[in-house]
Amino acid sequence: MMPDSPPLIISLLINPATAGSLSLSQWELLVRQARCAGLLARMGFLLEKQGINIPVQPANHFTSAQVYAEQFCVSLQWEIRLIKNALKKVDIKPVFLKGAGYFIANNRAALGRVFTDVDIMVDRDQLDLAEQALSAAGWMPSTTLDAYDQKYYREWMHEIPPLQNYQRGTAIDVHHNILPLTCRHCPDSKKLLENKIDCNGDWLLSDIDRVIHSAVHLFHEGEFDLGLRDLSDLDLLLNEFSIQEDFWVKLLQRADELNQQTPLYYALRYTHLILQTPVPEQILKASEQQSPNRINTKLMDALFLRALMPDHESCNDRWTGLARWLLYVRSHWLKMPVYLMVPHLLRKAFRRVLGKELH
Amino acid sequence: MPVNPEAVFVGNQTTIAIEPFVVSLKTVIPSVQSSICHLYREHVFLLQNAEYFTDFHINIDKVGGFRRFYKSQVQFKFEGKAPFKPLPYSQAFPFFEWGLNWCIANHSFRHLLLHAAVVEKNGQAVILPGQPGAGKSTLCAALVGRGWRLLSDEMAMIDLNSTELIPIVRPVSLKNESISIITGFVPDAVMGESFLDTAKGTVAHMKPPVSSVQNASLRSKGRWVVFPRFSKDSSMSIEPVSRAKAILDLAKNAFNYNVLGGRGFETLCDLVQACDCFRLEYSHLDEAIDFFASLANDA
Repeated sequence: MMPDSPPLIISLLINPATAGSLSLSQWELLVRQARCAGLLARMGFLLEKQGINIPVQPANHFTSAQVYAEQFCVSLQWEIRLIKNALKKVDIKPVFLKGAGYFIANNRAALGRVFTDVDIMVDRDQLDLAEQALSAAGWMPSTTLDAYDQKYYREWMHEIPPLQNYQRGTAIDVHHNILPLTCRHCPDSKKLLENKIDCNGDWLLSDIDRVIHSAVHLFHEGEFDLGLRDLSDLDLLLNEFSIQEDFWVKLLQRADELNQQTPLYYALRYTHLILQTPVPEQILKASEQQSPNRINTKLMDALFLRALMPDHESCNDRWTGLARWLLYVRSHWLKMPVYLMVPHLLRKAFRRVLGKELH
Repeated sequence: MPVNPEAVFVGNQTTIAIEPFVVSLKTVIPSVQSSICHLYREHVFLLQNAEYFTDFHINIDKVGGFRRFYKSQVQFKFEGKAPFKPLPYSQAFPFFEWGLNWCIANHSFRHLLLHAAVVEKNGQAVILPGQPGAGKSTLCAALVGRGWRLLSDEMAMIDLNSTELIPIVRPVSLKNESISIITGFVPDAVMGESFLDTAKGTVAHMKPPVSSVQNASLRSKGRWVVFPRFSKDSSMSIEPVSRAKAILDLAKNAFNYNVLGGRGFETLCDLVQACDCFRLEYSHLDEAIDFFASLANDA
């Protein structure tokens, strides 16, 4: 199913110990692929753990990325503290999602993970209050958003427009759900909040919900620049949690409760297929059967096995561009009904021609 | 010394050893190819079949679409991605230089990087931090024209363990009036093309001397930090600056101080501890150069 020879970075994510035999030009390719995939720091830490003796030129790049990632954690910790303080004033306690969540939980998926936005989730009723408290503390909505963008976020999405700190430039995404409200399979956010856990005084989604959110995020995504990084997150989370009692069965049950059977199936299929995550065979099968949608596996493989490769010239074939484009359209298809999607995409395309749209 | 684009660019691609980095550049744009051949002709161009590690893969491409026909533009790409908005076609070569600065500043956290020119004489280096308009590049080019060794006109790269200054020898970028000042002051300076109407005004580059390029693996010790200020029609003044103040000012001019955290602070302290620090206000290059000569002679 996988291409005959997967990109170098994938074989090294699967087995970092094999790096010992790389030639200098292979090291160069590894650095390039890892950089494009946002995995340079993570790869560096993985190689370090294996005690690999990296030649000095590639080592410069890994170490630089690791130094940056370490400093990022210091800033992140500070940022998390400021967010909590700002929301405390209005008695709101946020649930930290994604990267910030992995960091707080000290999950393996936090390893070398550098990101721009801190994602938090609050109850939908608290949204206005949270936004006011955050803007009082300096996180403002972007001034470049027009009325349409505002409406897009506030009526249809699962988050309000990103807030950016006017001094530090740091950004927060305030969520009230993990999928847009217009999405056919939008879960009941109450169920997510009910199962939240306390981790040293901070709230996080439960371990299993963190996996499901990660899967939902990646497999509803329209842009895959960091697709392999996100897949590697899933691989690390699954590996870390798989020792818990009945983890796999509970994972499938929970996906059912939250209506997220299909993204979970993709997560299990592609982590297993690409990164050799040890997902039990019967769980893979059960997950496929559990999905309410009839999945065209051949088609989805053709798309995801391309889009989830690093966004680097050495990993593309002639269908990669088409695959990424189809998945971009698919993400909108999943996000909103056709009567919203068509005008939305037309508007985006038109603005892109005018040079106003960057995405 | 190859000066001929056909010899340097194979399939519109070349690889240049700009110590301590190896840079690959792919471009079909003739003016970029010729500027590279002219201004980097003392550097070593690496053969494609040799075994080496390339640090930065850069493309300078013409922007497609309707821009092909109307006010053509160029785009700088690092690993296939464009970190900046495109620039007018005529500024393709300065775009390469700025883009390479960006590549180095954003991906090297093994060293402390200060925004400063560095030149050296008798094994002792002077660091010229660069507030805009301070004239660091002008002074740097003038000193290089008077026999000082060029380490860098844009960034001081400092080893975190030894605090040694690591050369990154590249063409010296000059702006506006300083172009004619330097061609007058250093008559044998080899200059590149002048690029008009860039974001920084007119820009031209001075080729680094062959001896500086050949000694690019030779590190140096910092001995002086001089904060220059060009001030028209004033008489020259030299004021000592406390080391504490110098550290703060250098930190403000650093590229990656915030990323290095405590390591950066300690390195900066160790570096400045070994330096005498001055503020130099000058209007005549001659006087300023004499001041630097006296520093070197007294040391």
